[in-house]
This record gives sequence, C-alpha cells and structure tokens, in this order.
Amino acid sequence: MTGAELPWAALRQRLLDAGVLAELGEPGLFALGAEFNRAFDALDALYVRTFADLNAESWRFPAVEPKSVFEKTDYVASFPQLTGSLSVFTGGTPEHAALLKARAAGAGWEDHLHPSGLMMSPAACHPLYALLTGSLPAGGRTFDVLGSCFRHEPSPDPMRMQTFRMHEVVHVGTAESAIAHRDQTAPRLVEMLTSIGLEVEYVLANDPFFGRTGRIMASNQREAALKFEITTKVYGDEAPETAIGSANYHNDHFGTAFGILDANGQVAHSACLGLGMERTLLALFAKHGLSTNAWPQAVRSALWQGNE
Amino acid sequence: MSEHTYGDRLAIREALQQFGRLNRPVAELADETDLFSVGFTSHATVNVMLAIEDALGIEFPDELLNRSTFVSIEALASAIEISRGQA
Repeated sequence: MTGAELPWAALRQRLLDAGVLAELGEPGLFALGAEFNRAFDALDALYVRTFADLNAESWRFPAVEPKSVFEKTDYVASFPQLTGSLSVFTGGTPEHAALLKARAAGAGWEDHLHPSGLMMSPAACHPLYALLTGSLPAGGRTFDVLGSCFRHEPSPDPMRMQTFRMHEVVHVGTAESAIAHRDQTAPRLVEMLTSIGLEVEYVLANDPFFGRTGRIMASNQREAALKFEITTKVYGDEAPETAIGSANYHNDHFGTAFGILDANGQVAHSACLGLGMERTLLALFAKHGLSTNAWPQAVRSALWQGNE
Repeated sequence: MSEHTYGDRLAIREALQQFGRLNRPVAELADETDLFSVGFTSHATVNVMLAIEDALGIEFPDELLNRSTFVSIEALASAIEISRGQA
C-alpha cells in the first residue's frame, strides 16, 4: 500500500500544507497552528457553555502525575503498551562522562537516565481522584478537568496523536448519581457535536486492553456496558470510525483505589464524560475545510457566537 | 472429579487470598460464592489469573478469558479442567 492509498494520508497532507498542523519529526507528535488554536478556543468554550448548568469545579493538572497516583489507577495492568514514564539524569560526574561517551559513540544514551517517579498522565481525570480522598458532601461533586494526556501509540494517522488534550466533566458520588451523570451528559455532548456539523454515533466502547489479560477487561467492559464512545467517520464510509469522546462509568474503581467515600460513608462511584479536543478539531477541519472563516455559518455561529 | 480437584481449589484460594482484593476472607467463601459480590473486580481477575496459571503450569485458552470464568471458585476450577484438556 502506498501512502496515498491510506485513508488518513490525504487529510494529513492537507492539514500540513495549510499550516493547521506541523510535523515535529516523530509519529503522532504535531505542532498546532493558528487556525487550529482559534478553533480549539472556540470548541473549548462551547464545551464549557454546554455544561455550565452543572456548576462544575474547575481543576487543571500538569502533563505528568506522581507514580503513586498512576499505581492506584491500575492503568499499567490494562494498557502497558500506552504507558510512558519520565526518566531523568541523577548521576554525578562519572555517570555524566559515561553518558557523553555513549552519546559520542552514536549509541543511545537514554538508558543512562533513571525513572523519576513521574508518569505521563494517560487521562485528564486521573490526578483528580487523589485530591478527593476522604468524604464527599451529599449529592457528590462535579468537576471540569482539561488536561494533557500521553499515550504511546505512535501512528502516522493525525487522528491518533501521542499527546493530546481531553476536556472532561467528572462526577464523583453514589452509583446512582455517577450512572446518571454518564447517561445525562453523553446525549448533550452528542447534541453539541451535531450542532457543529459532525455526524456522530454513541456506541459501546472498544478500548485496546493489552494482551491475554486484556481480553478479560474488554469482556467485562462490554458485558457490564460501563463505557461508551462517541465516534465519527473522518475518512469516509469505507474507513473505520474514530472515537472523539467517551462516557465512562468507573463503578467504585477510583473510589476504592483513592479512599473516597460518599456522604453515607459508602465507597464512592465515579463517571466521566470526555471530549478528545484534537480529534474533534481534526474532524471539524476534515468536514468543513481548512479555513475556519469558510466553515458553514451555522457551525461558526455555534462555535463563536454562543454568548451573543 | 479429577485427581487435580483438591490441589486446584487450594491454588485458586491461594491466588484469591493474595491477589483478589476481596472484602471477605477467602476461608469464609463457599466454592459457589459469587466473587464479584465480595469485592472482586476485573482488574483483580488479571492478577488472580496469572497466579493460578503460574501455580498450576496451565494457560487459560482465549475463549475462557471473560467474566464468567472468574465468577466463583467453582467456575475457576472448571476452567482449569478445560485448560488442561486442551494442553
């Protein structure tokens, strides 16, 4: 198969030619241009407006999280292939000399670095739960979290970046309130995406759980209907659809792991609604063209005139 | 019943004790107890599966890697029998 035949190749080239994206030299790593950022700000504001009635508490987190948080999420049990850990130099002069020697010889020198205890955050909401250890008020709490996520899945498909932002609305409370959050916010996100001209579907999620053990996780996720995805066809009807959002009921997974209790002293349940910002924006550029000024009036007015 | 039954159930209980993160002591559980009703999670099933496979030198076939295999000690014992039959 040549590049031109791959479903993503044409869109990728158009995005690069128009300066919406620029390549950084590794698969799935892009610089984001002015048109992209203009649309990002508008989409982000629309998302916030859409869920303004929830009065969500806003938190922002760094792109890395402590290993203690990463451990509690159990992420590496499910997705070792997506995991990234940050390594740093901790040696002295002799170790620096050894590093420089390896580097001068053209060898890889990164194995002279050591794990820092920081992990790349794979999901925007993970560090939130560490702030919630203890008891929740009656009714639970709802949060607005926008964060940078890292997932090691290098791909030339621009819809599959290694680092991207996810804007989430998270609820932590009882099983009933968490399930209600998932099931009430998801249709509103579908409606929001439809208002900006995307054709989306709401389907059971199909996460890439790793290996043999992952089969159990995947079967459980499907059987229990825990997680749903919002998908859209960016590359036409022949190519597979891409998930641009998700609605996930975590059961008491994070409540147990982080010691969070509801107002009645029971282990808390949680759910999150997430919008993949980069993917949604690329879907918009694919659908409406590479210049936001030329996007259909209805789409522009939903994105830019929501406050008027 | 096969000659393995007793050892299998010991290995299952040992794996559950060590990795099951259950909210009741394994000794209190009947072979038929629904493990998911005593705090078993899909994350914990993964470690329990690996421990049982290690202890007994078996490998669960792919078609058994689902929730129903892990629902009880009884179900796990049957899965082990099936795995041996296929080895």
